[in-house]
Amino acid sequence: MQVTEEVALEHGLTKNEYAAIKSILNRTPTLTELGIFSVMWSEHCSYKHSRPLLATLPVEGERVLQGPGENAGAVDIGEGLALVFKIESHNHPSAVEPFEGAATGVGGILRDIFTMGARPIALLDSLSFGELDNPRTRYLLKGVVNGISHYGNCVGVPTVGGELQTMNKYKGNPLVNAMCVGFARHEEIISARASGPGNPVYYFGNPTGRDGIHGATFASEELGEDKEEKRPSVQVGDPFTEKLIMEASLELIASGCLVSIQDMGAAGLTCSASEMAEKGGLGITIDLDKVPQRAKNMTSYEIMLSESQERMLAVCQAGKEDVLHRILKKWELEPCKIGYLTDDKLFRVNHKSQEVACIPVHDVAEGAPVCEVSAEKPAYVQTMPTYNEGVSLESWQDALQRLVAHPHFASKRWIYEQYDYMVQTNTVVRPGQDAALLRLKDSDKAVSVTTDTNGYYCYLDPEKGGKIVVAQAARNCVAAGAQPLAVTNCLNFGNPENPEIYWQFQEVIKGMRQACQILETPVTGGNVSLYNETRSAEGKVEAIYPTPVIGMVGLLENVARYMTAFFKKENDGIYLVGKPSENLGGSQYLKILNGEERGPCPEIDLQEERKTQQFILRAIRKELFSSVHDVSEGGIMIALLESLLWSGKEWGALLQPDCSVKNRTAFLFSEIQSSFLVSVGRDKEKDFLEQADQAQVPVVYLGKVTEKPAICWEDDILHLAEMRSLYEKALENTVAQ
Amino acid sequence: MKAVIITFPGSNCDQDCLWALREKAGFDVALQWHRDSSLEKTDLVVLPGGFSYGDYLRTGALARFSPLMKEVIRFAQKGGPVLGICNGFQILLESGLLPGAFLKNTTLRFICRNVFIKAEHHDSIYTSAISKGAALDIPIAHYEGNYYADTATLKKIEEEGQVLFRYSDKDGNVTEKANPNGSVNNIAGICNEQGNVLGMMPHPERAVDTYLHSCDGLALFKSLYQSLK
Repeated sequence: MQVTEEVALEHGLTKNEYAAIKSILNRTPTLTELGIFSVMWSEHCSYKHSRPLLATLPVEGERVLQGPGENAGAVDIGEGLALVFKIESHNHPSAVEPFEGAATGVGGILRDIFTMGARPIALLDSLSFGELDNPRTRYLLKGVVNGISHYGNCVGVPTVGGELQTMNKYKGNPLVNAMCVGFARHEEIISARASGPGNPVYYFGNPTGRDGIHGATFASEELGEDKEEKRPSVQVGDPFTEKLIMEASLELIASGCLVSIQDMGAAGLTCSASEMAEKGGLGITIDLDKVPQRAKNMTSYEIMLSESQERMLAVCQAGKEDVLHRILKKWELEPCKIGYLTDDKLFRVNHKSQEVACIPVHDVAEGAPVCEVSAEKPAYVQTMPTYNEGVSLESWQDALQRLVAHPHFASKRWIYEQYDYMVQTNTVVRPGQDAALLRLKDSDKAVSVTTDTNGYYCYLDPEKGGKIVVAQAARNCVAAGAQPLAVTNCLNFGNPENPEIYWQFQEVIKGMRQACQILETPVTGGNVSLYNETRSAEGKVEAIYPTPVIGMVGLLENVARYMTAFFKKENDGIYLVGKPSENLGGSQYLKILNGEERGPCPEIDLQEERKTQQFILRAIRKELFSSVHDVSEGGIMIALLESLLWSGKEWGALLQPDCSVKNRTAFLFSEIQSSFLVSVGRDKEKDFLEQADQAQVPVVYLGKVTEKPAICWEDDILHLAEMRSLYEKALENTVAQ
Repeated sequence: MKAVIITFPGSNCDQDCLWALREKAGFDVALQWHRDSSLEKTDLVVLPGGFSYGDYLRTGALARFSPLMKEVIRFAQKGGPVLGICNGFQILLESGLLPGAFLKNTTLRFICRNVFIKAEHHDSIYTSAISKGAALDIPIAHYEGNYYADTATLKKIEEEGQVLFRYSDKDGNVTEKANPNGSVNNIAGICNEQGNVLGMMPHPERAVDTYLHSCDGLALFKSLYQSLK
């Protein structure tokens, strides 16, 4: 096939990019070369729209061992131990083929962790779907959960957390973001940086097929009406082979026979080979005839662009090949030497005795031109109606009853019980509560892990929303008693070429940047997923809410001091640590019950947030609390209900707030920030109040835990027996429709 | 007291069993790779949970052809204690060391949660230290744990006292509601006629310390330790 500008455009490249390629090569590219450039210069691999913004995020901190740029970030947790973690999206594949899309998302993020030399210890999944009132969305959710379950369970890494939000902005383009956390000793962490010209390059894992060709490009387009036709762009996962390559990779790294290792993820062999060479400032030559293939007569173009799963590329130290062979053979994997490193800084690909590509490594790996983008504040931001006291409200009892039956607030048990969240026997706080907590055997330490998002806030006010998502993730760690350490982020947005979308992106980053700085949780990596839009048959384009998903890890030095969110004792005092409000702007109350998007996004003061979080951590260490739960969506009311239901006891609460309350519904459902709902033993109350006063942290007495299974506020009574069954069954009943 | 845990490709509870047996139950533990040709001298063999060979073909169907399984079968036939947990139980069925078969859970979903199981009697090396009448709080995590046996087999294992564990409520009542996966007669674990081979779906190694919600799994390991002493 003759390469022309038209062919380049079909590959998703722009005219300018094609001109740049010709000038780099000083000739017309071969089709294989064009394919290589098109995937490496896609948004997914090159971050060409997002690089300048990402560069503004804080990436440094005392504990950061590895910031952005490697397969995953890493932080020091003391005693020579480290956490390695990352989050990644698999949105488009999951929208088309939910089971395999989600399964391979899990597979990919696992590989990012173990190629760093860390053993994966936890998986989390942040899911954003449309409302579950239609069969298509239910089918997608069931498929995604099943895919995650299938893959994670088989590999033996517990899925300990995540979230599900259901809002119609995600109907055509659901979000599936998978996070993995790994554990390593500092000296075990290995880089993807190649070194030593002449060192052999090995391929192991599954053979290469025609699946997933152009997956990276597919991830960088909006989803059109033809999305069903994109099915061949989705890969198929094989968790059994993943388990073998994981064990083999960790053993290879521990043996010291490797120089570097990289998985073949997005853009397959192309990306792994060129990035490894680029990081070491070297060249690489590979022979495609040596690449194991499961389809007949594959062209060089297909082999280079295949995204077949569970494939690894490793540079072995010359002279240690026998060690590599022995380990791979043990794990029933075939070592295939497919090439070697060179010092000519060229990426050379041979196939059937011909050179089919010869490209300067740097230009293909890092040379994607940054796209010109412009930002424009969308009109909706100004015209969005805001909450005022004229908005009619239901009684708090009726409101709670309806909210709890909505999948957004109902128990996620139907999801997490399909995941093995206990394997590896470290899960101290299980899914279904705030952050999950894992103890680290052979140490007193424990780590909290969480994913948090709120696309709706980010839509109403991207900057404030960006601050809130980071603060909320930190709050979840703090509620478990863990010091927030660092962030990995998955930035899900619409088409960045639309100035209004780019404005959302820019503002969200602005908010995240401030929060990460003030809360001292640097960003160690992540992933950008753009073009999350759907185009209807009539040509109407709808973007998702701007949705940054924050993955956070926190550290608890002494596992014995871990804290949970559920009430422990009758008669304990229930307090709000934070400032109450009666503003329902941005609340799920208005969104779900009144069916209206009404701002403003809740206010957040990051200094106040930091002060409150530090107070809570200190007070947990002093054992002042029986329980600590962060207040987030659904406000005080949802936090209170969860603290009651999660206790597993037939308890209730008597509310007698010591602040003035004009409207109980507004007070209970306002989504206040920088707040925690805590319960305090009567013998600790005095101490707690003094300490809060000293720390200048606002505290409101809300009431007490009672043995009567009802929430009572003077004459208002809500019985909990029915609430419990609504809460437990709502999601399962909805999905089973 | 020595235990050997056998790792198959795809086993993923081998390290959990190792930790529980070594740190919590006091065994000396060795991991052996399934391709090893000879079994180390040992007092106990454990076939751990996981997805040996990715559950391809049928759960446990391929693992039974592993070279070391021949040795394990010989060890069992000579009366050596063999404990198969979850996928290990499935391998024991496929190897013919235990009767019956597994179907998918009646919910047609993977189930991961704590359940209660009750020891049927205390005359076994696996149950002797379990308090009489106690229901043990132990997790399950499986997709194919719905035990099935034909009428004649079922009659035989029931009459011979080969059913060692049944799913129950927290008070030890064996009810339909307490059956998480549809297993016939609420069967959670069975042994062979001689009583030395036990297969069970629940994971005792996941209930061995206070950070794991329950320590009830220790009672089973203690029974073994004391009986084999």
